[in-house]
Amino acid sequence: MRLSTAGVPSISFNRPVVGKVSRELLPKGKRTQKILVTEEVPTNTAELIGYSGLLTTTDFQQQMELVPTISSVQSIDHLRTNDIIAMEPKNGFVRTLYRPDSNHNVIFATQRCNSNCLMCSQPPQDRDDADALVRRNLQLIRLIESPPKRLVITGGEPTLLGEGLFTIIAALRDKFPQTYLHMLTNGRIFAWPAFTARLAELKHPDFMLGIPLYSDDSTVHDYVVQAQGAFDQTVIGFHQLARYGIRIEIRVVLHAITILRLTQLAEYIYRNLTFAEHIALMGLENIGYAPRNMDRLWIDPHDYQDQLESAVEILSTRGMNVSIYNHQLCVLRRSLWKFARKSISDWKNIYLDACQPCGVKNDCGGFFKWATKLHSNHIHPLPAARTPVSAE
Amino acid sequence: MARVFYPVESYSASEAGYRLLPFRFLRLESNKELLVNQVGEFVVAPFGTAQALIRKQLTRGSDIYATFKAKQFIADDSSSPLLDLLATKYRTKYGFIEGFTKLHIFVVTLRCDHSCHYCQVSRQTADKSTYDMSYETAGKSVELMMKSPARHVTLEFQGGEPLLAFDVIRYIVPLAKRRAEALGKDLDIVVTTNLANATDDMLFYLRDENIKISTSLDGPAFIHNANRPRPGNNSYELTIKNIERARKILGYSKVAALMTTTQLSLQHPTEIIDEYVRLDFHSIFLRPLSPYGFAVKTKKKTGYQLDNFLNFYRTGLAHILQLNRAGYNLAEVYAKILLTKILTPDGTGFVDLQSPAGAGINVLVYNYDGDVYATDESRMLAEMGDHTFRLGNVWTHSHKDIFTGDPFLNLVSASCNQSLTGCSDCALQPYCGADPIYNHTTQGDIFGHRPTSNFCKRNMTIIKYLFDLISKQDSELMRIFFAWIQNSSLSEVSKAGPS
Repeated sequence: MRLSTAGVPSISFNRPVVGKVSRELLPKGKRTQKILVTEEVPTNTAELIGYSGLLTTTDFQQQMELVPTISSVQSIDHLRTNDIIAMEPKNGFVRTLYRPDSNHNVIFATQRCNSNCLMCSQPPQDRDDADALVRRNLQLIRLIESPPKRLVITGGEPTLLGEGLFTIIAALRDKFPQTYLHMLTNGRIFAWPAFTARLAELKHPDFMLGIPLYSDDSTVHDYVVQAQGAFDQTVIGFHQLARYGIRIEIRVVLHAITILRLTQLAEYIYRNLTFAEHIALMGLENIGYAPRNMDRLWIDPHDYQDQLESAVEILSTRGMNVSIYNHQLCVLRRSLWKFARKSISDWKNIYLDACQPCGVKNDCGGFFKWATKLHSNHIHPLPAARTPVSAE
Repeated sequence: MARVFYPVESYSASEAGYRLLPFRFLRLESNKELLVNQVGEFVVAPFGTAQALIRKQLTRGSDIYATFKAKQFIADDSSSPLLDLLATKYRTKYGFIEGFTKLHIFVVTLRCDHSCHYCQVSRQTADKSTYDMSYETAGKSVELMMKSPARHVTLEFQGGEPLLAFDVIRYIVPLAKRRAEALGKDLDIVVTTNLANATDDMLFYLRDENIKISTSLDGPAFIHNANRPRPGNNSYELTIKNIERARKILGYSKVAALMTTTQLSLQHPTEIIDEYVRLDFHSIFLRPLSPYGFAVKTKKKTGYQLDNFLNFYRTGLAHILQLNRAGYNLAEVYAKILLTKILTPDGTGFVDLQSPAGAGINVLVYNYDGDVYATDESRMLAEMGDHTFRLGNVWTHSHKDIFTGDPFLNLVSASCNQSLTGCSDCALQPYCGADPIYNHTTQGDIFGHRPTSNFCKRNMTIIKYLFDLISKQDSELMRIFFAWIQNSSLSEVSKAGPS
C-alpha cells in the first residue's frame, strides 16, 4: 500500500492544498475542500470550478489556472473517496494524510528532531517546517468527519512544535474527545516543568505518550540517541509527567546495542518508572538510518530470545504490562507468544513467501515491508496452533 | 542530509572518576557481598566488590560499573546523579508514614472464655462492669481516633474476647462510621475473636456492617487445644466449626486466621501449615512468640530458643514453597512483608517491622479503661506493672497531649533504625525495623544492644535467608514471591496485559 505519489504541478498552483478525495464529478455545491482525482479530465475545464484541487494521471499540458492541479501523477489507484490528501505545489508531491477506513492514521508533526538515533526509521530533516505543518494538521483535523478510534502524533520530534503542538492537541480534544491519542516523543523536553505543566493543562481525556528508553546506562542511551544528556532529560521527564498523571508507554527498540543490558533495563523500569502503563519491546525496522548503521545494530532476533524472555519475565511478574512488537511467531520463543502483538501499521505490513504455508500466520504480526532485504535467518512456517495463540 | 554518528566513547564519563552515593554493604555466605543503596535496591556481587567500589577501582564501561551507576550507588560526569529521582524513590519507600496513625485497636473487654498460656491480659469473670469498656470511654476513644490525620483508618476490636462485649461493639460501630463519614475518612473495621461465642446474629451483624474477622488457629487439634485451653478443652473443634459458619455468613474472604508459635508448635511446622491448607487458607503468618506479659512469666511452658524458631521458620517456609510449586497458593506473611521491601519500590507499614517503628506512629491501642498505649505489647507490659508506654488516657489527654508528651517523645527517640547504633551502618537497615518496646522489655533499654538482640538476630537471619533464595535465579520461585507481594496467584502472575 502506498501513501504518497507525485506528478507535475501546474504553474499557477503556489500554495499547498489539503482536501478530500473525490473520484467522480460532484454537483457544484459539494466541491468545497474536495480534490478531484481522475484519469480523464473534462475537455471543458470550466466544469472543474469549485474544486480545491485536481489530480490526474493524464499528461495535462494546458495552463490550468482555474484549479490547483498536479498532472501526470504516477498512480492514483491507492486514493479512495474521502481520503484526505495534501498537494505540494513545489515538487508535485501528493501525500495521503488520513484514511477514514484505517486504524493507523497519524498526525505528522514535524521532520525536525533534537536526537539522532542510530536506528531512526524516519531520519530527521533540519528544515523549519513547523508553521506549515501546524497549519496543515489543523486543516486536516477540520476535514476529518467521523471520530477516529485512535490517532498517533509522530515526527520527527513533535514537542519541537512548542505551542503549535498544544494547539493541535487542543483541537483534537475539542473535536474528538473520544479518540485515543498517542504521541511518540523522545520525552526530553518534559524535563522542563513548565512545558509538562502546559501539556497537563490541556486535560486531553484519553492521551498517552510513547517514550523510548534504551538502557539503564546513561552512556548507552545517550549513544543510541546520539545526544549527550538525553538519558537524564528523559528520566526526569518521565517523573515530571508522572507528577501530573500523564500516561506513559516506554518503547525499547531491540538491537545489538540495547540487548546487552535489556534485563537490567527491565529491572530499572520497574524500580524507577513503575508508573509506566505499558512497555513495548520492539523489533528493529530496516529503514531510515538503520541500514547505514546495521553493522553495529544487527543481531538476529533468534539470538536474543534469552534476554527478551528474561526482560519480559521480570516486567510481567512485577505486574507491569509488557508487549512485544514487530516480531514473528516463528522466531519468538513459545513462552513469549502471549506477549506478541500485531503491531505493524497496515500500510507497511507484509508477509514473506515462506509464510504462505504457515498455520499461525493470522496470529502473527508479520514484517515491515522493508524486511524483505533483512530479516531473521530463522523464519519458517509453523503448524497450526492447537490452542489460540492469545491464550498461550 | 548527511548526519554524523559519534562513537559510544563520546558519551561516557571523563577520566575524572566517580563519586559515591550513600550505600551499605554486608558479607553473605559463599563468598558473596550484598550492597544496598538508600532505597533498598541491591547488588549481590563477588567478595571484594565493595572494597573496589570504595577505592574507586571500578572500570568505566564495565557491566558492574554501569549497574552501580544505574542503581545510584555512584555518579560520574556522564550523567547527572539524578538526586531528585533518588528522593522520589525514598519518599515512595516511606510512603507508609503518610497520614500518621492508621491502625486503632480498641480493647473492648479483658474478659475471655479461654486461658491461653501465651495470653497476657485475659480475665475469667462474668463481671461486665470491671473489665468492659464503658460507652462513655468508647465515645471518647472514637473521638481521639478520628483526630488522626490519616485519610484511611482501621478500627480493630480486641480483647480479651471482644464478642463477650458485643453491646460495646454495637455502640462503637455506628458512632465511628458517622464520624469517619463526616470527616471524609475511609474506615475499615476488623474484629479479632476466637469465635467461640459468636452467635449467628452476631455474624449477620458483622456481615451487614462489612466487618472482617481475624481469628486464632494454632494448628491441628493437638497443638491448638494444648495452646488454647478453655472449659471442655474443645477450642479447636469450636474454631473449625465457627470458621466454616463465619465464612458461610460473611463470605470466604472476610475471615482470616492467625497462629501463635509456642514450644510445642516448633516441633510441627509442617502439620500447622497443612492444617491451614486443609481449611483452604491462602496465607499463614509464622510468627515468633512475643516476649511480653504472661508469656514471659510462663516462659518455662512457652519460651524457646531463637535458634529453634529459626529452624521452625526455615522448615516451614521450605514446605510452603513446595506447596506453591505444587499448585497451592499459600503466602507466608512475614516473608511477604520482607520481600515487598527487598524486591519492590514500595515500603510496607507493618507495625512490627518498620522504621520509624509502628508504635504510636502507625498504631494506637485504646484500653478498656481509657488508657492509650503505643502498641498492643505496651498494654501487656502495663498489665505486668510497667507503664512506660502508656501515652495517656482518653479522659485526660488530647491528641496533642499524647503526641507531644514525654512517653511518646521518649519512644520515638529510639524509633528510627537509621540512627540506631548497629543498625545505621547495617546493609539490611532499609528492610528491617526498630522496636524500642521490644528492646525495653528484653534489654531494659529502648535503644537496645544489637549484638545480643534476638530481634536483630532473627531478622538478619531471615532476611539473609531470603537473599539466598532470591540469588538462586529460580524464575518459578520469583513468580511465587511476586504472587505473594501482589496478593495474586501463581497462575495470574506474569500474565500478558491487554493488547
